[in-house]
Parts: sequence; structure tokens; C-alpha cells
Amino acid sequence: MAITPLIQIEQMTKRFPMGKGSFTALKEINLNIGAGEFTGIVGPSGSGKTTLLNIIGTLDTPSEGTAKVLEQNVSLLSNRQAAQLRNRHLGFIFQTYNLFPVYTVFENIEFALLLQHKPASERKKAVMEALEWVGLTDKVKSKPSMLSGGECQRVAIARSMVKRPEIVLADEPTANLDSENSHHILQTMKKLNEELKVTFLFATHDEKVMKYLNRMITLKDGKVADDKSMHLS
Amino acid sequence: MLALKLAFRNLIGAGLRTWLNVAILSFAFVLIIFYNGLIDGWNRQGQHDTRQWEIGNGQLWHPSYDRYDPYTFADSHALLSKKVQQLVNKGVLTPVLIRQASVFPQGREQNIILKGIDPNQKILKIPSSLLSQPTEDYAAIIGKRMAKSLKLKIGDQTLLRWRDKNGTFDAHKIRIVSIFNCDVPSADNGQIYLSLATLQKMTNLKNEATLLVAGKDYRGGNLEIWKFKSTKFLLSDLEALIKAKKGGGTVLEGMLLMLALLAIFDTQVLSIFKRQKEIGTYIALGMTRWQVVGVFTVEGGTHSILAAILGAAYGIPLFIYLNTTGINFGAPDMGITIAQVIFPYYSLQLIVTTIIIVIISATIVSYLPARKIAKMRPADALKGKLQ
Repeated sequence: MAITPLIQIEQMTKRFPMGKGSFTALKEINLNIGAGEFTGIVGPSGSGKTTLLNIIGTLDTPSEGTAKVLEQNVSLLSNRQAAQLRNRHLGFIFQTYNLFPVYTVFENIEFALLLQHKPASERKKAVMEALEWVGLTDKVKSKPSMLSGGECQRVAIARSMVKRPEIVLADEPTANLDSENSHHILQTMKKLNEELKVTFLFATHDEKVMKYLNRMITLKDGKVADDKSMHLS
Repeated sequence: MLALKLAFRNLIGAGLRTWLNVAILSFAFVLIIFYNGLIDGWNRQGQHDTRQWEIGNGQLWHPSYDRYDPYTFADSHALLSKKVQQLVNKGVLTPVLIRQASVFPQGREQNIILKGIDPNQKILKIPSSLLSQPTEDYAAIIGKRMAKSLKLKIGDQTLLRWRDKNGTFDAHKIRIVSIFNCDVPSADNGQIYLSLATLQKMTNLKNEATLLVAGKDYRGGNLEIWKFKSTKFLLSDLEALIKAKKGGGTVLEGMLLMLALLAIFDTQVLSIFKRQKEIGTYIALGMTRWQVVGVFTVEGGTHSILAAILGAAYGIPLFIYLNTTGINFGAPDMGITIAQVIFPYYSLQLIVTTIIIVIISATIVSYLPARKIAKMRPADALKGKLQ
């Protein structure tokens, strides 16, 4: 029996209104991404990487074609259903970390679990475990303004992982980091991918990231120009 | 509950910006409660003083009597029946005879109202017992306003001219034996008090009265020809005046509240503009757009809860102090019942109503800009691209 991919995209097009006409960001994309992949969507700026990630993350909908995430058609989800899917099954990592500045590290990571109405003891245990994965147990009470860029991104990784999602979507996660921190972050994510079997999907044009990928999908002018498996050295 | 928790965290985390809004709103809280407390205190004292000095526990009027029409005074008198006299003797009622007259202080004529009052009465606070002291002239007492108006002091004499029951003029000197100090102008302005028996004799209206003031033991209702006027009726003018004052104050309070709410509105608009990425992140982490609207609305509304707490912190000691010392208005002569020192009255109803109004208003002004979040595209919000 064939295993259903976590993400199935068929003939998907995305257009944005622009003036009196429209701008086509993605054209007839066909993609399948399976469980446990560590995949990158690469390409120059404006190639549609973030748009594709947003649709997979149910933050946007296709104009044509279908995008299925965990067997749910993104176009047919209500706001509430989409929110639930994001809350329970999808993790997000952003280029600018997007941590809540007034919350502590603990509170930032705890947030997704609060939305799931998990009891306090369970939340605490899960947050501390996530902090251990990223090696930041000593920063539990710090505010984001007290952390370095690398530490902020590690908190963001912990926040995306704390709810044990099936898929983590990372949009240029290393773009704001120096080389050393980038490698540290990528190693952390790779470890989580291998140990927890979480699917990671990156939008990136950072060559450092590419070294860690086991699959690289290249977008060019909104189309899939290349899709290849990578052999890690 | 979650929205409240998040809103509270965000507010506390926002620091000075939050506390500035909270401080302004708390000032609005305290001022609204203070002003209304002052008016309510004035109202209570005014009603209390008017009861003590003028209307007792209600009045029984002669059917022709109209307190606003002096032309009715001449015909508004009737004999006190045996039954009424018994109630007077028991101290349940006290009769008052009212006539028009003129006085001639320093050679000028001034129209006045003569009131005959029983020197032994205990219902009203008018120091009527002083009217029983023997003088060769008619003993009279007046209030401080009347004394100022007539330029008379204790011991002064002046000529009084009146008509008897047949309309015949008569005149005699009166001597001021006391000047009383009361906060009820309608028991003072333009009025001279004589002993009831003296006035009855002067006007040939033996054992007659214009009205009967009821004491606390009177059960209410009409008595023979006498029409009962309740304290509610007799105080309606004062209440209407205070209501008008309160209405005027509401405009000021409204303006102050508007300023405070405008600050919250402004903060919300700025907040939503500045925190687009945060809004996008909330949505990415699994909140619906309406849940985020809820967080921002509660966040704005929570300003009012914090303001109530802050307002209580400095308002309660201030109110207790003012309630102990009162507020001295000097010697106001505004033609309305107002005490020299007013003790504000802060009822639970006033405080609860004010808190509810401010919380609801703050929540509404917080919701209005927050609605915009419901129309945001999360992907644009995450980039902070919205204008």
C-alpha cells in the first residue's frame, strides 16, 4: 500500500491582484513531500518560495489547483479548521524569529500549548524538554531582547517543536545569522528531524542550508525548475 | 480566559505605554466618581436640611395654597379642627400661617412673606422658641440672607405693614430677636417669622393656619380639608435642579472620558499597525483572526480594569479624606439649598455604574480598531506589509 505524502500539491497556481491585473507568483506546481523529509525550496528572491510555504502553512490559499496538507485541502478549510491544523500539526520558523517581545523565553515557547489548553504541569514539562533540545535551559526567564540572534532562533525552533508537529516550515531561518550560528541552528534542526522524524521544509537561498538538505526543490519564476535528492557527505 | 491571560501579559509587558493610558483613565474614573459623589452629597444634605428647616415629613396644605403664587396666600387659611389641634398638641403637626406684608427698613419698602409659627414646635429647626420672649414690639426672627437683604441685625426694629383678614391695612414695629443660619434659602429669603398667636391676632385669623408641617410620626395622607404634600413632591424642585447640575457635569465627564478613551483608541491603532508581525505570528501559531481580535479587544479593555485598580489606590484614600473633612464652599449664596461644607457621598451604585460604563466604553473603543485584524491576510501581516 502506497504511503500518502504529508504534502500533496497538484497543478497549483497562485496569483496576487496587482493594479487592474494580477501577478502570478506560482504556476502549475506539482509536488509531494513525504514524512521525515528535510527539504529545501530554493531559488532567487521573488521566485515564490515564501508563497509556497505560506500556502502549505494554510496562511494563504491557492488560486487554482489543490494543496493538501495532512490530507486536508487547504482551499476548503474554514478559518477555524486552518487554525487548528496550524496549532496541532504545523510548526513555523521565521527569518526574523517573530518572538513575542514582552514574553519570556518560557512564555514564548509555552504559547502554542496554551492554545491547546494543556494543563500547566504538562506545558512546563514540554517547554523544558524543548529548551533542552535547543540547549537554552538557562535562558528560561530571559526576554527575547536579552538574547543573541542565534539564541532567538533556537527559541523559535523550540517554540515550533514544543507541540511535536508533523511538519515544520522554516522561512529563511538562517538569513539573519552568522555562519557559526547558522550551522548550530541547522545541526539542531537536523537532529530533531532524525530523532523525532519531523518533516522540515525550508524556503532558503542560503548555501549553508543546502548542505544539510536531503532534497532540494528549485523554483524559478514561480515554476519548479528542479527537484533533486541530495546525498549528504 | 486565554485572551484575558494574553492581554494581561501583553499589557504588563508594554510597560510605560500601558501605564500612561491607565493613569489617564484612572484620573477619569476618580474625577467622575468624585463629581457625582459631590453632587449626591449635596443632594442628600440639601434634602436633609430642607426637611429639617422647611418641610418636615411633608406638609398639609390649605386647598387654595400655592407656594409659588403669593396671591393665593390671602385666602389660604382655615380653622384648625379639634382633631387637628389634638395632633398639634401631641407634636405630630405644627401649624404655619402665611401672609404677605411689607417692611420699611431704613425708609425703603420691601415686600416680604410673614410666617406665623408656634414657638413650642419641635418639628422644624427654626429657633421659634425665641419668639416667646416678651418684648413691647412684636418679636421676629429672620435668616442670615434676609438679615443681609434688609440690613438688619439682632435688636433692630423695623416697621411692618400687613392686611388683616378683611383687607384692612395695619402696621406695627417688629424687633429682630434672632438671626438664624440655615442652608435652605426657601426658609430664609424674603421671610420674617413671628409667633403664630401674634400673627393670628394681627390678622384676625384666630386659630387658623395656611399649612401644617408634619413631624416624623405623621402617617401621611390628607386630613379633613388639608391636602397632604409628600416630601418627594416638596423636594422635586431641588431634585430637578440637582439633576440639571448633574447633566451639566455629565458633559464634562464625557469629555474627560472621551480623552482617556481616545488615548486607548490611539494606542490600539498604533499597536495594531506596529504589531502586525506579532498578529501574523499569533495566527501562524494557531489562533483564528477573531481570537486575535479578541486578544486586542480584551487588551484595550483591560486598561480600564487596571485603571480601576490604580484609581482605587489613590482615589479611596482621597475620598475617605474628603468624606471626613468635607469640602468647604465658603458661604455660598446661590439661591439654592447648598451647605457651607459638603460631604461627598459615594454610593456603591455610583462606583459600580462608573466602573461598568468605563469598562464597556474602553472595550468598545478597543474593539473598533481591532476589527481590522479580521480582514488581514496572515501572510502580509507576518511580513508587516499592511498599511
